[in-house]
Amino acid sequence: MPHFLRTFFDQTINGLVIGNIYALTAVGLALIFGVGNLINFAHGSVYMIGAYVGWVCVTQLHMPLVATFGVVAVICGLLGMGIERIGLRRLQNSARIAPLLATIGISFVLDQLVQIIFSPNPQSFPNPLPTTRLQIGGVSIGMTDLLIAAIGIGIGIILFLFLRYTKIGWALRATAQDRDAAQQMGVDVNRVNQAAFALAAILGGIAGMLIGLYFNTVYPTMSFQAGLKGFAANLLGGLGNIPGSIIGGLVLGLVESYGVALFGATYRNLFAFVILIAVLVIRPNGLFSRKRQAPPEPLTGTFIANNKPITLPVWGVIALAVIALLLPFFVGDPYFLQILTNAWLLGMVALSVTLVTGTAGQTSLGQAGFLAIGAYASALLTLRLHWPFELALLAAGLITAILGTLLVLPAFRLRAHYVAIATLGIGEIVNQVILNWNGLTNGVMGLTNLPPPTFLGVVAVLPHQIYWYSLILLLLGALFQWQLLRSPLGRTWRAIREDDIAAQAYGINLNRYKALAFAASAFIAGISGAFTGHMYTYINHETFTNTTSILVLTMVILGGMGNMLGAVVGAVALTVLPELFRGMADYRYLFYGLALIMMIRYRPQGLLGSI
Amino acid sequence: MALLEVKNLSRNFAGVLAVDKVSFAVKEGETVSVIGPNGAGKTTLFNLLTGQDQPTEGEIVFEGQSLIGLPADQFASHGIARTFQHGRVFGNLSVLDNVLVGAHARRRAVQSRLPLGGLASELWAALFRPAATKAEEKALRQTAETIIARFGERLTPRLQQPAYSLSYANRRRVEIARALALQPRLLLLDEPTAGMNPTETAEMLAFIRLLKQQGLTILLIEHKLSLVMQLSNHVIVMDNGQKIAEGPPEVIRNDERVIEAYLGRKQRLDQPAANEAATVIV
Amino acid sequence: MTVTAVQPLLQLQKIDTFYGPMQVHFGIDLHVNSGEIVCLLGGNASGKSTTMKVILGLVTPRAGHVIFDGQEITGLATPKVIRRGIGSVPEARRIFANMTVRENLLMGAYKRNDKAEIAQDYERTLTLFPRLKERINQPGGVLSGGEQQMLAIGRALMGRPSLICMDEPTMGLSPLFVDRVLEQIQTINAQGVTIFMVEQNATLALQIAHRGYVLQNGRIVLAGAAQTLLDSPEIQDAYLGDGEA
Repeated sequence: MPHFLRTFFDQTINGLVIGNIYALTAVGLALIFGVGNLINFAHGSVYMIGAYVGWVCVTQLHMPLVATFGVVAVICGLLGMGIERIGLRRLQNSARIAPLLATIGISFVLDQLVQIIFSPNPQSFPNPLPTTRLQIGGVSIGMTDLLIAAIGIGIGIILFLFLRYTKIGWALRATAQDRDAAQQMGVDVNRVNQAAFALAAILGGIAGMLIGLYFNTVYPTMSFQAGLKGFAANLLGGLGNIPGSIIGGLVLGLVESYGVALFGATYRNLFAFVILIAVLVIRPNGLFSRKRQAPPEPLTGTFIANNKPITLPVWGVIALAVIALLLPFFVGDPYFLQILTNAWLLGMVALSVTLVTGTAGQTSLGQAGFLAIGAYASALLTLRLHWPFELALLAAGLITAILGTLLVLPAFRLRAHYVAIATLGIGEIVNQVILNWNGLTNGVMGLTNLPPPTFLGVVAVLPHQIYWYSLILLLLGALFQWQLLRSPLGRTWRAIREDDIAAQAYGINLNRYKALAFAASAFIAGISGAFTGHMYTYINHETFTNTTSILVLTMVILGGMGNMLGAVVGAVALTVLPELFRGMADYRYLFYGLALIMMIRYRPQGLLGSI
Repeated sequence: MALLEVKNLSRNFAGVLAVDKVSFAVKEGETVSVIGPNGAGKTTLFNLLTGQDQPTEGEIVFEGQSLIGLPADQFASHGIARTFQHGRVFGNLSVLDNVLVGAHARRRAVQSRLPLGGLASELWAALFRPAATKAEEKALRQTAETIIARFGERLTPRLQQPAYSLSYANRRRVEIARALALQPRLLLLDEPTAGMNPTETAEMLAFIRLLKQQGLTILLIEHKLSLVMQLSNHVIVMDNGQKIAEGPPEVIRNDERVIEAYLGRKQRLDQPAANEAATVIV
Repeated sequence: MTVTAVQPLLQLQKIDTFYGPMQVHFGIDLHVNSGEIVCLLGGNASGKSTTMKVILGLVTPRAGHVIFDGQEITGLATPKVIRRGIGSVPEARRIFANMTVRENLLMGAYKRNDKAEIAQDYERTLTLFPRLKERINQPGGVLSGGEQQMLAIGRALMGRPSLICMDEPTMGLSPLFVDRVLEQIQTINAQGVTIFMVEQNATLALQIAHRGYVLQNGRIVLAGAAQTLLDSPEIQDAYLGDGEA
């Protein structure tokens, strides 16, 4: 057999095997979406926990593989039921994006728990299966490949029989097709939801365990990629479509496998996100649907509660700013100033998120992408073109505004939570492009020796200098944003957030104002990212990750959506609080996740109220 | 020439004709009502006439210009304003801001014809607040307050209250005020008195009558037929997506087809032969 | 209609319902006796469908009581209401489009565990609706409107309810099918099932009903024996002229 043909077959088998795992993940997401109308962001965490449970059983407890699968299924099934309890059932009467945000919080908590218990480092997962490989006509198939294929097909058959011939399976299908009608047949939808979550979690956990076996390693951060890829596969096949998800998973696996063969391993994750965005924009109902418009929105509306926001008079805000400016004269502790500097820089990002998500109602989970664009723009301008820092900083803001808006442009036709997913994907694409565009970004190595921030030629390196610089940037950003918000623009944005159809009926060109919101948001975020990069003097594709995006969204929810003061308060609170309890430094993300869940559940309008 | 001319308008939802070859015309200054039982296609018709939905076929001509294919915001710029069946106020915006959003299409910054002109002029106006923008905003605010004042004590004391805190009837009023802020050439009212008690309904009737007297052209969907009979120049009756009758209110009121559409047939059909039925079913 | 000493099967007492700030029902009182066909009539937006939702527990009234079979069911979750013995034929039929006719029918018996009797009821339902038998393995979504209506009624029957609530069973059907459906409702009633139906099509509904109520703007404005209502001139007013404004 010619070499290229053998490579082709090998890659096909690889693709199908990995695709099988994506399919298992996607089917779980499809079940939950179908029954509960929820995109479960904690699904990736369940997958990761499945992998860890498998790892503990095999390497620590030396259990046989069959028993291990049983333990994984039971633990993950219970976990799924728990997620339904916290993430869905208690939030049934909340804003409809609330459950989605809650599952993000749950996923934060689960990922952190695993990191705390097992350390963030990858654990080796030796494969207990024999290493013999079958040679079929020059194509080699490993035992793990066969196992994954067998489990994938087996589960597919069991699932089919379950849905077709059991009472609870019927209830699941009926609820997915028409929730109200199912209730009118006497179906208890809460129990059906719980069953769907349990089943989905079992499939997800087994998928995670299989991937652990396949790559011989497990690590806590595998959850995010897995969740997003499962989602891409699910979307490809149609959100609530189970057979579609299986095909979507296999297609994604094949695309990745061929793509890696053609372009190299670092491109692996890019394909999933490009598919994700392309499907969202071009065929939001998936490959197998004839309808071109997005499916009826499962999570309409934004996360804005009716409330009376707490407002501070202008002199109060000025007083706070003055106190912050004078602080270094009273507190000299460089560590403390550093923490507050971080708070100011994250506060800028929070401002940018609260503008686009809170004021204009376009939930952004991709703000890290804007930070990265800003940081790289300014770094390249100073390093390669030797621009002065001040000019590069401003240019970085403008470049991010333009580039960022163009990137999000295709997602303007999406509404509500689809925007959240699209921006998440766009953020990831930015990351992947940075990782792979070696000529420009120096790839994995990142950019080093960034010049420190300067102001009119004066180099700012001392903690209090950096503190003032970042604080002034924050204040300028806030002034800029405030100026926009008090103009008719602010009113127009809020009208779009409240009801885009009514807004459009009164002559508001939605695309224009979404573009303005994203541009202004990206401008502020880009400057913050640029400054942060020069402060660190080093950036790479991991400086700003999706964790940053979600953390900043948490700050915004904590302070109150659309509330500028709230955004800064949220940023300060989430940056400073974990530091107050020094012993808790390791638990900070756990704290963030819990904060997010608690706010959504008990005070959705945030501390200061949404505006 | 008619202000609005609708020709053979159809909307097909996956094989179901929600609106089926509907034609009619509305002359300047007229009030025309659309009535019909639930599911007759009235709201779909409104959605088509305001660009929220695109017709499968047919023509919408407004002041001699075809509006087919334009996005909803362009319908508004042409001077077509609407209210919504279940009320769609901007909940967290104040009453005044709600009405000011209605005036959006009249703002100068919005009207730029250059490709990115609207974008740039909005940004410029927001960041640098030229005197002209300030004056414009002030004028719009005054107009908005005047419109709100037309509802008397119902809304004026609540100018700065968020719309979500209003009663149902007040939300409908805010919606109408918002539509008037556009200074529309044609006003479409979708059940303006739904959920209102008799007193509030009577008030709304008087209000719409006043608008009519001032020369505003109105297209009205309404279930309270006495209101329709008192306000309309002519009435269009829809059933199953089709226009089944059109005429002056007193004629429509006694039209057999209309009564049948609402109350159902007087007599059951004779029992058909089984095979005859089969041909209908399949 | 005189009030009988026997307790009615279903009773609504002084129901007030709201959607947010909007009041839909103003003190609705009505009752359905065992063995009756009772129809609730009214024009658009009169609050008919909401009445159905209140009975089925899909909407909880702010005040008043729903009493079924002598027990209060106000605010009970829908599945529990169904388990008390109420069947539902929802507005627009709400067939499970991707499940077969057989599966749809058996979903109607979801709450039951008596396999042998379910099988009996299944046969009986198919005898009543022979057309469904011909299409037994086709997905519900491909059926015509009239067939879907029969399926919806059959599905409700499979729960062996003592009361079936029907929300506009003739809506969107061709005249031929309207007559058939009404006939089948009569047959079911003759077999001992009490029927409460919401209808816009007043003249036809009153031809098979024993009694009727007319709802207008959330209030019951007329009630009485079907024939009396049919002959009453006020019914046309209730639909066409609202007496208000």
